[in-house]
Amino acid sequence: MEFKNPQEELERFQGRIGFAGGFVLFCFVLLFARFVWLQIVQHDYYRTRAEENRISLVPIVPNRGLILDRNGVVLARNYSAYTLEITPSKAMNMDAVIDDLSQIVEIQPKDRKRFKKLLEESKNFESLPVRTRLTDDEVAKFIARRYRFPGVDIKARLFRQYPMGAFASHLLGYIGRVNDNDLDRIDDEDQEANYRGTEHFGKTGLEQHYEFELHGQTGFEQVEVDAGGHAVRTLASTAPIAGNNLTLTVDAKLQEVAEKAFGDRRGALVAIEPSTGGILALVSTPNYDPNLFVDGIDPSNWDTLNNSPDKPLVNRALNGAYPPGSTFKPYMALGALTIGKRKPEQTIFDPGYFAFGNHTFHDDKKGGHGTVDMYRSIVESCDTYYYMLANDMGIDNIANFMRQFGFGQRTGVDIEGESEGVLPSPDWKKKRFKRPEQQKWYAGETISIGIGQGYNAYTPIQLAQAVATLANNGVMYRPHLVRYITDTRSGDKTLIEPKPLRTIPLKQENIDIVKRAMVGVNKEGTGARAFAGAEYVSAGKTGTAQVYSLKGEKYAEGHVKQELRDHALFIAFAPADQPKIALAVLVENGGFGAQAAAPIARQVFDYYLLGKLPKDAAAEDDTDEEGD
Amino acid sequence: MLRRLWLRLVDPLDQPLMMIAGLLLLYALIVITSASPDRVPAQMLNMVAALFFMRLMAQVPPQRLMHLALPSYALGILLLVAVALFGDVSKGAQRWLNLGFMRVQPSELMKIAMPLMLAWYFQKHEAMLRLRDYAVATILLLVPVALIARQPDLGTAILVLAAGFYVIFLAGLSWKILAGLLISAVAAAPLAWNFLHDYQRARILTLLDPEKDPLGKGFHIIQSTIAIGSGGILGKGWGQGTQAQLEFIPERHTDFIFAVLSEELGLIGATVLLVLYSLLIARGLMIAANAPTVFTRLLAGSITLIFFTYAFVNMGMVSGILPVVGVPLPFISYGGTALVTLFFGVGILMSIHKHRMLVQK
Repeated sequence: MEFKNPQEELERFQGRIGFAGGFVLFCFVLLFARFVWLQIVQHDYYRTRAEENRISLVPIVPNRGLILDRNGVVLARNYSAYTLEITPSKAMNMDAVIDDLSQIVEIQPKDRKRFKKLLEESKNFESLPVRTRLTDDEVAKFIARRYRFPGVDIKARLFRQYPMGAFASHLLGYIGRVNDNDLDRIDDEDQEANYRGTEHFGKTGLEQHYEFELHGQTGFEQVEVDAGGHAVRTLASTAPIAGNNLTLTVDAKLQEVAEKAFGDRRGALVAIEPSTGGILALVSTPNYDPNLFVDGIDPSNWDTLNNSPDKPLVNRALNGAYPPGSTFKPYMALGALTIGKRKPEQTIFDPGYFAFGNHTFHDDKKGGHGTVDMYRSIVESCDTYYYMLANDMGIDNIANFMRQFGFGQRTGVDIEGESEGVLPSPDWKKKRFKRPEQQKWYAGETISIGIGQGYNAYTPIQLAQAVATLANNGVMYRPHLVRYITDTRSGDKTLIEPKPLRTIPLKQENIDIVKRAMVGVNKEGTGARAFAGAEYVSAGKTGTAQVYSLKGEKYAEGHVKQELRDHALFIAFAPADQPKIALAVLVENGGFGAQAAAPIARQVFDYYLLGKLPKDAAAEDDTDEEGD
Repeated sequence: MLRRLWLRLVDPLDQPLMMIAGLLLLYALIVITSASPDRVPAQMLNMVAALFFMRLMAQVPPQRLMHLALPSYALGILLLVAVALFGDVSKGAQRWLNLGFMRVQPSELMKIAMPLMLAWYFQKHEAMLRLRDYAVATILLLVPVALIARQPDLGTAILVLAAGFYVIFLAGLSWKILAGLLISAVAAAPLAWNFLHDYQRARILTLLDPEKDPLGKGFHIIQSTIAIGSGGILGKGWGQGTQAQLEFIPERHTDFIFAVLSEELGLIGATVLLVLYSLLIARGLMIAANAPTVFTRLLAGSITLIFFTYAFVNMGMVSGILPVVGVPLPFISYGGTALVTLFFGVGILMSIHKHRMLVQK
C-alpha cells in the first residue's frame, strides 16, 4: 500500500525516465560499436564479399589447338555449330519435352538414345545437347517457339572435327565429354580454373597425351549479376587464348598409302625416321571414325565398334603384343657376333631339324637348308641355325642383348597406355608365374626364343623402334609423333628435340654384316618377290608368328581357320646405306610375312622414297613362296 | 490572413519534435529514392497522411485521450479475437481483418491503445498503487500480446509488450519485482522455445550462425551485414550500393532499408540516423519528465521508448545482433501503417507538451 506524495512520485518517475534514457544510450552505443565493427574493422572482408556477390566470372572456352601433319595437312580442327541443349534440372517432363521439340527440329531415335546416355552420366545442372549441327532453318524455327520450352536453349559451340574421318584414328585419338577420371587429371595438373566451362577432354591418342597443350587458356568475362543471377552488364573480359597447334612427324599421305595397303585386313604398321625417331606413319587397322565420339557416341555405334570381332578400338601398334617370329633373327645374329658366339663365315649343317633332349625342333623347310652360314641363315631364314645359336648363347645373353634394343619395354611414344610386351628371361618367368615348377626356366624353352617364338611378345612399335635403331647403327631414339608445338599467339615453335635415348655398344663391322644379310633378304631371299624391281636398295626381314601350335604337323594355310592362321610380319629399312625410313608391319592372321606383310612395306617405301602411288590398292601376293 | 492560418496550423506543434521528425522524413525520402524510386510518390502521400494525424492528435487534449483509452483497448481486443477467428491468411500468418471495404491490421491499433489503456489504468489508481494493480496491468498487457503472438506476428507482439512494459516500469514497479521477473524470464526461456513457431525458432538459430544456411534462412542476415560492412565509413555513395541496387538485400525498401542506408551512406550515414533518433528520444523523455499527470507522464514515456524499441530492434536485426522479426525502421521504412502509428505517437507527445500548463491551471 502506497500513499500519494506528488513530489516523491515525480522524483521517482524522473529517476525511472533517467534510467530509461541511460538504457537507450547504452543500446545505441552498442549499435554504434556494431557498426564500427562491420564498417571499419571488418570492412575489407565485407567489401570483398560484396564484390564476389556482384561479379560473376563467365568462362570463355578457348579454341582447341589444331593437329596438322608434317606438311600442314589438317587432321583435327574445330567448327562452330548450333546445338539444341536441355538443362535437365529446369525441364520438367524430359520425354514430353523431347517429343514436343521433335515437332520443330528433327530428332532421331539415335539422338534420343545418346541424350539418355549423357543424362545418366551427367549432373543435373549442366545443359546437354539433344541435337547438334542445327541448320539455320531449324535454329529460326526453334527461336520463334522458345518460350514454350523452359530449360531448352540453342547454343553456339565449337566442335572438334576430324576431317578425314576414319583415318589415323589410333594416333589422333578423340575427345569426349569430361568425366570423373578427366576431372581427376585436371585436378592433378592444377588446371581446375582453366577448365571451368570446358566440356571436352582428350580421351585417347594425341588428343589425350597433349590435352594440356591443345586446350589453351580459358578467357573470362566479368559480368555484374543481380541476386537472381541475371547478367546486368559486362565489366571486363579477358580473351581466351587458343590451344597450341601440334605439327606431327607423320606424313598424312604416307599414312593413307599404308592404311590403304592393308585393305580390310587387321594389322599394324609403324614407320619411323631412324635418324630422329619421328614416326612417319602409325597404322592400326581397322580404323574407326573419331567424329562419332566427340559429343557422346550413340549406343548403337558404340555396340558395333565395341563388339566387332575385328576390335577396331584396339590400337594394335601399341597394345597388340605379338611374337616377332623370324624378324628376331637379325638381332640374334648381331648378338652372337657381339658376344663372339658366332663368326659370320662359321657354318652349321641343317638337316631340317634340331634335336634337343627328347624333343625335336623342326625347321620350316622340309629337308633343311644344308650348309648355312650367317648370311644365308638370314636371307633364307633358317630356323635350325637359330635353334643352335639360342642354345649356345643361353637365355641370359639373349635377354640382355635384346633389352638394349627396347624389346619388352615401353618405347615412351607420346600416346598413353602403351603395352610392355614380354622379353622372356628367367627373372621374367619368376615374376610372371606363382608356382615354383612354373617359375623354373627350362633350357628347352631357350631354343624357340631363338626364332622369335615361345614367350616372346612385342608390340609393333617396339619392332619398329628396334629396326630403326639397327638402321641407325645402334643409336636409339624415342619414337614420337609430334615434331613441334606452335604457340598460336606468338607463333613460336617448340621443337620436340630428338635426343638419342642411348647408343648401343656395337661394332660397326658386325652391324654391316647383319645389314648386308638383310639387303640380301630383299634382293635374293624371302623378301625378293615383294621388292622385285625396286629402284632403291632396301633391307628387310620377313617373319611369321605362330598363333596355333601345330605340334609337328606341316602348316597348311588353306586348312586352318582364318583366326588361327599365323601372323605375318616384316621389318625393313631403306635406303640400306643411308636409311630414311624404317618400319615394322604386322598383318594379323596374314600367313607368311613374305606374302602378306612385305608388299605393304614395298608400297610404303615406294611412296616415301619415290613418291610413287601403288597401282592396285590390295597388296596380297598370292603366289606360294617357300620359307619366311 | 495566410500567416494567421499558418500560425493556427502550427501552433499546437512542438518545434524541436517537429524539426527532428521533419529531418527523419527527409532522410527517409533520400534513402527510399535510392532503394525504390517508384515508391517515392506513394510514400510522400503516406507522410502527408501521417502528418495529418499528428496534427490531429496534437490538438486533442490529454483528458480527451483518457476517455478514449478504454474503448480503443476494448475495440483492439475485439478485433484481435475477430482476426483469430476470421482473419485473412497472408504469408503464413493471420494478421489482417477484411472489413469488406478495407483490410485492417488490429495489432497496429494495439501499439497505441496499449500504453493508453495502462497509463489510464495507473492514473485511475493513482491514489494508492498496490501490487494488485501491477498484476491487473500485467494481465491487461499479456492478453493482447498473446493474441498477436499467435497470429503469429512476433515483431508486433514484442512492440506491444514493450509498450505495456514501459508503462508498468515507469509507473514504479519495484526493482525487486523487476529483478524477479527478469530471472524468471530467463528461466522460462527454454519453455517459451517450445511455444515458438518453427520459423521463429529458425530465425533465432539463424542469428547464432547465419552462414550455416547461406541460401535459405541465413540469406537475409548475411546479405544485410555484407551491405553494411561493405559500406565502410563513407559508404559507396547514394544509389551506388551494389548490394542494394542488384537486389541482394531482401525487403530493401521496408524492414531492411537500414542496410541500404549503411551501404550507400556508410558509418557517417548510420551515425546521423542514430543521432536523430537520440535527439527524438531525448526530447520525448524530456516531455515525459515535465508532464503534469501520471497518465501523461506514463503515456509520453512509453511512446518515446517505443520509438527507441522500433529503432533498436530493427537496426539490431539488420546488423545481425538480434533475430529477424518484422519491425520496420521507424520513420524511414516504406509503408503507411507504421508511419501513421508513429506520428500518432508524435502527435500525442506534442499534445502532452502543449497542454501541460493547461492542466496545472
